[in-house]
Amino acid sequence: MMTERSQHVWPVLTICAVILVGWYLAAIPMNHVVTETRIAEAGGGLYNTLALSWNHDRPVLPAPHQVVAEIWKSVFMVAPWKVKSLIYHLWVTLSSTLVGFVLGTALGIVLAIGIVHVLSLEKSLMPWIIASQTIPILAIAPMLIVVLGKTGLPDIFTKASISTYLCFFPVAIGMVKGLRSPDTLQLDLMRTYNASPSQVLWKLRFPASLPFLFAALKVSVAIALTGAIVAELPTGAVAGIGARLLQSSYYGQTLQIWATLFVAAFAAAALVWSLGVVERESLKRMGAVP
Amino acid sequence: MAAAVIEAHDVSLTFQTADLPVFALANINLVVEEGEFVSFIGPSGCGKTTLLRVIADLETATQGTLTVNGMSAGDARLARSYGYVFQAPALYPWRNVERNVALPLEVMGLDDRQGRTQRNIDLVNLTGFEKKFPWQLSGGMQQRVSIARALAFDPKLLLMDEPFGALDEIVRDKLNQQLLDLWNRTNKTVVFVTHSIPEAVFLSTKIVVMSPRPGRIIDVIDTQFPRSRTLDIRETPEFLKVAHRVREGLKAGHSYDD
Repeated sequence: MMTERSQHVWPVLTICAVILVGWYLAAIPMNHVVTETRIAEAGGGLYNTLALSWNHDRPVLPAPHQVVAEIWKSVFMVAPWKVKSLIYHLWVTLSSTLVGFVLGTALGIVLAIGIVHVLSLEKSLMPWIIASQTIPILAIAPMLIVVLGKTGLPDIFTKASISTYLCFFPVAIGMVKGLRSPDTLQLDLMRTYNASPSQVLWKLRFPASLPFLFAALKVSVAIALTGAIVAELPTGAVAGIGARLLQSSYYGQTLQIWATLFVAAFAAAALVWSLGVVERESLKRMGAVP
Repeated sequence: MAAAVIEAHDVSLTFQTADLPVFALANINLVVEEGEFVSFIGPSGCGKTTLLRVIADLETATQGTLTVNGMSAGDARLARSYGYVFQAPALYPWRNVERNVALPLEVMGLDDRQGRTQRNIDLVNLTGFEKKFPWQLSGGMQQRVSIARALAFDPKLLLMDEPFGALDEIVRDKLNQQLLDLWNRTNKTVVFVTHSIPEAVFLSTKIVVMSPRPGRIIDVIDTQFPRSRTLDIRETPEFLKVAHRVREGLKAGHSYDD
């Protein structure tokens, strides 16, 4: 009989295996351009084809074990304060991600509170909020960074502004819905107590909105990381995940690119996962049905 | 004669809708005295809930005057003159029983929160359930929490809008008995909305029979049952006589027509 855990594990493992097999197979034709002559020199054959396709030092598509080795090398074999360390670059990007995430969340919540309480704000702000997200971030990022760079703000805030720009949106939209989620009776009850608007906000609207807030935060923390990476591209930044990706692509270091991409993806997953833990714990304290 | 807690003179309320105006209440005249248990009974759409909401200043009358404790309904609400029990418990799901009952005390900034909360939880027989969350309670228990919450700040007037409407008859009988005991002990004034004839006759000192289109009062019946009574009075001829008169009133108001 299968336990509940193994029922979850097997589908995940199967998908991983399929992806790995597909990846290894794809590496052979993809790397053909760079490996063709070497395979011919080595005398051809299946062994030589596989060995050379999966172990080229500048492959078009590196094999999974090469990426793992590169991650191992640049994460664990280098001191984390060295420029060669991915941890160093990740930290640079993560710090501006978190600053942007906190500012964006605060901005989103403030906007939502305003919109819920002042009817005219909804009509005047909502179109701008939505329009702001229809502009491609790659188009607006360089301008935002140039303009903010002139103001003399510390660099980290300039970079974080892109994350803020991206992540206030899901928070604002989610919180408007969340702050409006109490039903008529729950609101009437506060009215019979002659409660002030701030009491209604703190004792009713805000607790009721928390499930909406957490859903929004999980979306926004992931795009905050993307925003921080994008912000590093036009600034000529020398450190950070974005800077590392840019440098690696200049020098054709595909292994480094892939290793950096994976580390960024793991970081995003870890951020979303840790928010999930905070969510579970908070909602449990608030009497959520387990 | 006891002092009047609620006085309504010629109160009307018309809702303006897209096509036709809806006459929710028309020319309501009513006096509720201190210590009375008054029931509004009538079919759905007769304005009984609307009248209760006008008393609570959750709706505003379009015509006439209504005073609560000698003040306008609006001032009475600002003075926190009444406790309101809704059709649904309307508990805040993130607060446990104790903190739900303490909610009005927090909002009003009253002291002795713990003492008041505990006394009212005991009063509705929920001792031991203080730390439970609403989803862990049955419907009847949730409604008792909402009654404890309405009583927590000790208002002299209790407004109850079909509080037991969603409960089965056995639970309802029990809660009726408990509510009556509570009223008998505390001498509060209760205004109670219901669509159950036995419930209205059993609980009330005064029954207000209402009828729809426009929402109006058909009959006001004073009952003569002793303040402390048990469910047994429902088999007495006096009880059946009052119930009959209520039914006649409803019939005269075309409540049984299609």
